[in-house]
Parts: sequence; C-alpha cells; structure tokens
Amino acid sequence: MLELRNVDTGYGTFQALFGASLEVRLGEAVGVIGPNGAGKTTLMRVISGLIRPTAGQVLWEGTDLATVPAHRIVELGIAHVPEHRRLFPRMTVEDNLRMGAFMPAARPKFAQRLEFVYGLFPRMKERRNQLAGTMSGGEQQMCAIGRALMSDPRILLMDEPSAGLAPVIVQQVFELVRRIRESGLTVLIVEQNVQQVLKVVDRAYLLEAGTIRMSGTAAELSASDTIREAYLGV
Amino acid sequence: MNAIPKGKAGLWAAAAAALVILPLAWGSPYPMHIMITILIWSFAYTSWSMMGRFGLVSLGHGGFMGVGAYVTALAWNNLGLSPWLGIPLGLLCAALLALVVAWPCFRFRITGHYFALVTLALSGIVLQVIVATRGLTGGSLGYTPDRVPGGSSIIAFQFTDKSTWYLIALAVWAMGLVIWYAVQHSMMRYALEAISEDEDAAAAAGVNVTAEKLKITVISAMMTALSGALYCQYQMFVSPDSVSGIAISLQMVFAVVVGGIYVALGPTIGAVITILLGEGLRIGFGPAAVGWDNLIYGLLLVIFIIFLPQGILGSIMSVWRRNTARAAA
Repeated sequence: MLELRNVDTGYGTFQALFGASLEVRLGEAVGVIGPNGAGKTTLMRVISGLIRPTAGQVLWEGTDLATVPAHRIVELGIAHVPEHRRLFPRMTVEDNLRMGAFMPAARPKFAQRLEFVYGLFPRMKERRNQLAGTMSGGEQQMCAIGRALMSDPRILLMDEPSAGLAPVIVQQVFELVRRIRESGLTVLIVEQNVQQVLKVVDRAYLLEAGTIRMSGTAAELSASDTIREAYLGV
Repeated sequence: MNAIPKGKAGLWAAAAAALVILPLAWGSPYPMHIMITILIWSFAYTSWSMMGRFGLVSLGHGGFMGVGAYVTALAWNNLGLSPWLGIPLGLLCAALLALVVAWPCFRFRITGHYFALVTLALSGIVLQVIVATRGLTGGSLGYTPDRVPGGSSIIAFQFTDKSTWYLIALAVWAMGLVIWYAVQHSMMRYALEAISEDEDAAAAAGVNVTAEKLKITVISAMMTALSGALYCQYQMFVSPDSVSGIAISLQMVFAVVVGGIYVALGPTIGAVITILLGEGLRIGFGPAAVGWDNLIYGLLLVIFIIFLPQGILGSIMSVWRRNTARAAA
C-alpha cells in the first residue's frame, strides 16, 4: 500500500534520512522506533509531502508522491497526526474537526464523520465548543487524532502520539491507537516509547541516525538483544 | 447559521433605510462630504481587514489603492476609456500586482514580520513609480481626470451632485460588508484561520495554503483598488500622497486596529474616528495642527495594541456578548 524505497532527504545541507526503505501493507499497523533525532518525524513529513525526497521514491499504491503537493496527498487518503498535535488552539474542538474534513471530497461526509469521531471519542463531543488550546494534553491528542480521522483516510500516520504526556495518559493514548486499529484502519506510528508501541503494532522498523537498522515483527523486535538493551532497558 | 429573528430584521431594515434617506433629506454639502469620505475609506479599510484579520498584515495596500485610482484616470484621459471599463482594468492590474508580490512570498513561506516588510516595499515602489513617470501621471503634483462638459455624465462616472455620490459610496460600502460576511460564512475562513495558527498543520489537514492565501490577497487588493478609483472619481483629483505610499498604508492598519479587526463594522468605526479626528483638528486648530493627526494616530495605536487589541467595536461587542450570555444563564 505504502512503500518507501531508498529515500534520502534533509533540511538544506543537513541530511536526515539515508536510503530509508519501508513498507506498510493494507490493514497492518506498523511502528517506527528509534531515539531522538533519528529522523522519525522527517520520515512522516516526507510521506505527507511537507518535505521532498532528494533521492528515492515514496510510493502510494504504486504511484510516486514526489511531485504531489501536501494538500493533494491528504485527498489520496493519507492523514497525518503531526508531532506535538499541532491543533489550532484558538479554534473550538468542533472547528478543529471541521478542518480535518476540509477537502472538498470530505465535506459532504462531514456530519457522518463527525458522528464517527464522537463515537470513538465521546469526550470530544462533551468538549466540542471548547477552545482546543484549553484542553489537557491527552484530550488534545484525542482531538488531533480525531481531526485526522475526519478526512476518512485509508492510512493514519501518527507522529509520537505519546510525546509530552503523563504516563497514565500515555496508556490511554495507546488504548486509542488499539481501538483505531481494531476499526480496520491501516496505521503507521512513530514512537520513542518502544515498550508500548511494540504492544500495539504488527511489525516495526528501527530507525537510527537516518538509517533503517532493523525490521521484523513486534515479537521479533521485543525479543532482540539490541532492542532489549538499548530501548527496553532489560 | 441561525435565521435572523424578526424583530432584529426589522431593526436592520430601519437602519438601512435611515442610512439611505436621512443624509439625503439633510442635504447640506459639508456633512454629506464627510459621510461620503467616511464611506469610501470605510470600504478601503474593510478591504485591508479582509486579509489583516487572518494575520496577513500588509503595509502596502496604499499601492493597490494607487493602482486603482491612477489606472482608471489614466485610461480615461489618454485612451478615452470609460471608468466603467477603466475601473475593472484597474482592479485587474491590482490583482496582477498582488499576485506578483504575494505568490513568491507565500510560496517561499515569507510570513509575519517579513511579509509586512515586503509589502512595505510595495507601497514605496508604487509611490516612486507614480512620481518618476511625471510626464504621464503628473508626479507629486497630482493628477486630474478630464471633466466632461456640464460636469456630470454616467459614462464618464462623474457627478457634481453629492447625493449621487453618497448613494454610490453607500452601495459600495455595503458590498464590502457583504463580501466580509460571505468570507465569514465560508470554508475559506476556517482554512485561513487554520493557516494563521499553523501553516503546516493546515497543509496536513488538506488546505492548499498558498492558494487560499493568494485568493484572499487578490480579493483584498481588488477591493482596495476599487476604493482608490472611487476616491479619485469623487475628488476628481489624486496625488501620490493622498491614495498611495506608506502613510496611507499605515493609516489603514491604524484605523482597522482602532475600530476592531475581527468584526465586520470595525474598519467602519475606525474610519469614522480617523476622519472625524482629522477634520476636528483641521477645523479646531487650522494650519497650526498640521501633522498632529499623525502624532495622535501613533500614540493611539500604541495604546490600543496594548490595552484594547480587539479595537473599540470588538471590545464593546465581546463585553456585550458576555453580558447577554450571563443574562441567559
């Protein structure tokens, strides 16, 4: 469904990804784990068109996304929950969700999608007239995921959904991820919280210093010595 | 959107009727002149606020106003082109100028202060072009559209009768408000609000950031050019200082900030205040007060940005809304 082939990219003269390759198949949940500065966010940004690959290809069902502008990529069914949530803080929860269904194809389905998101996150319905910036971190993450789901995507890209949240909220966020998975959506999730993310994904890749070091099923990675020592601390 | 309640609709209709009839019934030329000037500038300020309210602060709108005024007048004097065609031509030129300046800015993510600085240069450049092409535009001495014999002609868009001008200015001002409300109730507004908060997040939500910003900029530039053309046709004289340049551009920002940038009638309140202040100083102190209005503007601007960032009307309305909400609770 989604495939990266030997992708290089960076910011100016700084290169952040070196020949990164990965694949996500329909219905899968795939994780990308790795330390700070490994290039995880860059990987997400290159898929959703916010930066461009300098070499290699980003393939979505066989077509190269290299020249497709970011707003068109959303229309193709790729929704991005950005790092640190990136809500519109001075807009209400419902207006934030409305923005998620901004593209013309999604607008007629707005009411239906809103009901779906409120069904998934009843808390958002209670808070629909509240300014998004005034909610707690966990609720904001919920709202950010809800906003991405409004476009009725085929794949959800989640960038560090647990970042900056209290441990008890982190648990809740991964519970949300599990629920989204169970609804049948394909998910690509980038995380530093290796222990938690390996519990909810099928397969995962280890990204270090811009290069994919390792890949395998969640069980394989949890059992690997490298990961156990460096990331799980056991 | 809620339908307007019956009583409120009646109130609006009464207000509109009063706006049309009262000044005409009064008929005295000086107050009429002040009203016309206020309406034209209100429209210009509304045009600026179309983009200003979304954080696209332009310090170059005097440039668009100058283009509208000069293109219309030059086309009439040199080509014999009726303003009915000359004004659309001026609007088109302003739209092209807006595209040329704004597209690279938006494409390369020049935002905030940097965008304001680019537009500041625009306003200076238009002024310099007018001054430099003295042979054609009359330079800093100003320019006068050729009068038709008899003084009034629909084709020439020249009217000696102030009440005609009043109705024209009123209609254009009302049209500005209609455009304001149309944007307010469109998806474009959500897109632009989202962009003003976080461009990346807006793009990730499927907003074509560059296109949305360009759209509102072109709308705003064309409206501003129309205000320039109207001003020129009404005064039958323009000079670079009266419609173009940095002073006019800054005056737009000042008036809108004072009146209220986020409310439809904010720019109108701003125009009422600035024009009455200017006229008041002129009548009260005469030539001794030349330049005082600019001094007072600057002082008020600082005070408003610190203490009343929503402007006069914006602050009144939010207090009023809070009180009615409390009364309802």
